[in-house]
Amino acid sequence: MRYMILIYGDERAGGDMSQEDQVLEMKKWNDYSAWLREKGWYLAGDALDETHSATTVREKDGKIVTTDGPFAETKEQLGGYYLIQAANLDEAIEAASKIPSVGRGSVEVRPVMEFMEEG
Amino acid sequence: MLGDFDLAEEAVQEAFAEALRTWPTRGVPDNPGAWITTTARNRAIDRIRRDRALRQRTETLTQLAALETLGGDETDVSGIPDDRLRLIFTCCHPALAMDARVALTLKTLGGLTTAEIARAFLTAETTMAQRIVRAKRKIRSAGIPYRVPPSELLAERLPGVLAVLYLVFNEGYAATSGQLVRSDLCDEAIRLARIVCRLMSGQREPAGLLALMLLHHSRRDARADAAGDLVLLEDQDRSRWDHDMIDEGLRLVDRTLAMHEPGPYQVQAVIAALHARAPRPEDTDWPQIAALYALLARMNPSPVIELNRAVAVAMADGPARGLPLVDALAGELEGYHLFHSTRADLLRRLDRRDESAAAYRRALVLATNPSQRAFLGRRLAEVDPPSGGGALTST
Repeated sequence: MRYMILIYGDERAGGDMSQEDQVLEMKKWNDYSAWLREKGWYLAGDALDETHSATTVREKDGKIVTTDGPFAETKEQLGGYYLIQAANLDEAIEAASKIPSVGRGSVEVRPVMEFMEEG
Repeated sequence: MLGDFDLAEEAVQEAFAEALRTWPTRGVPDNPGAWITTTARNRAIDRIRRDRALRQRTETLTQLAALETLGGDETDVSGIPDDRLRLIFTCCHPALAMDARVALTLKTLGGLTTAEIARAFLTAETTMAQRIVRAKRKIRSAGIPYRVPPSELLAERLPGVLAVLYLVFNEGYAATSGQLVRSDLCDEAIRLARIVCRLMSGQREPAGLLALMLLHHSRRDARADAAGDLVLLEDQDRSRWDHDMIDEGLRLVDRTLAMHEPGPYQVQAVIAALHARAPRPEDTDWPQIAALYALLARMNPSPVIELNRAVAVAMADGPARGLPLVDALAGELEGYHLFHSTRADLLRRLDRRDESAAAYRRALVLATNPSQRAFLGRRLAEVDPPSGGGALTST
């Protein structure tokens, strides 16, 4: 089964990181991605730029309207994702539990819907 | 298996349809029989690949459905002990909400109908039915595996199973409304705990939980009087305790104590055993019980456990020693009726009647069980007799 691992956190929490800390942080994420690949679970993954860079697109009265910012103001914001292939929810939970930022926010595990082709 | 037969039949049909489509233009192949067979097999393989994901998810549900029909007799475990254990762990998976785990466990493994479960937990039958349907849907859509967790996950999952069983037992033991004791829920929890114990005989906490349940349930015929009112432990007719059940509980306690490092259920079972072993209330080893609650509080810090410890200290060393320990919990337990009834009891024993009455009144605001409310009302009348000397109207 495929699962999306959606990584949420409060962008406003925590100050700027020192150069040193940034390097350490990157290493944690790289190690995590490597571990996912070793397990054979990794399909895709990316960090997202912060919500100040977001644009939201809606249709109103038949016209496309864009607004500056995310779809809603939320306490925690989507900061990144992994798409994984796992045998069952326990494996997906294991993957989610090892996300480096899991202690600083919430990690949502959502199954990807698989549509059966007809014929 | 029927599923495979259907698949094979379908695949051959498709192969014939393909033949009808292509042979007129491309010509009949050299070996038409072999062509049909190969094509059919390829179609079947394609279908299986596409369906595997769906099948993995429906397998759990098929098993759940099949085993639901087996119903409640624990003696028919012999053919499929592993399946029952798989079911319990699946129904108690942490990805399900607690109320869903309880409902699904009782429906799938328990001998209770949806209507009975709904009544036990004071919900409408439709609500309970929906809860169960949603839980099954979550199992299917999220890919909750149908299995006993592998050993590296077992330590973290077993407490969840035991917590569900304990919740069911507690609901039966001190029902929030209606009768004081709902024996069918207690019996069900004990039956399931026995199954878990037998199937996980190397684990101590299942045995601890079973012992705890047996020792509590042994008092079911003494806990309520003829009117259905609450009878305190110290006032119970001990000859009405189920001594066979006590013996079984005590044996379990003794056996598991031999293994080191007791878990929280075992400690609670030992406390229950100390009560069960006392021939008369005054023979109860309260200092030992207080020490055990202190141990339990270290394992599972909780104000309710501290409250129980304070009660034991008050019994061992007098209400003046216990009251400050209770008062210290005011911040955390303000909304808990047993906090107020405990305070009221200690104040009553210290002859501080006005304060005791106030505490009983507060407890009455919070208590919902009619038997408990009747008991609190009687105690309130003792410390603050209604003026006019009339008979106490009981609820």
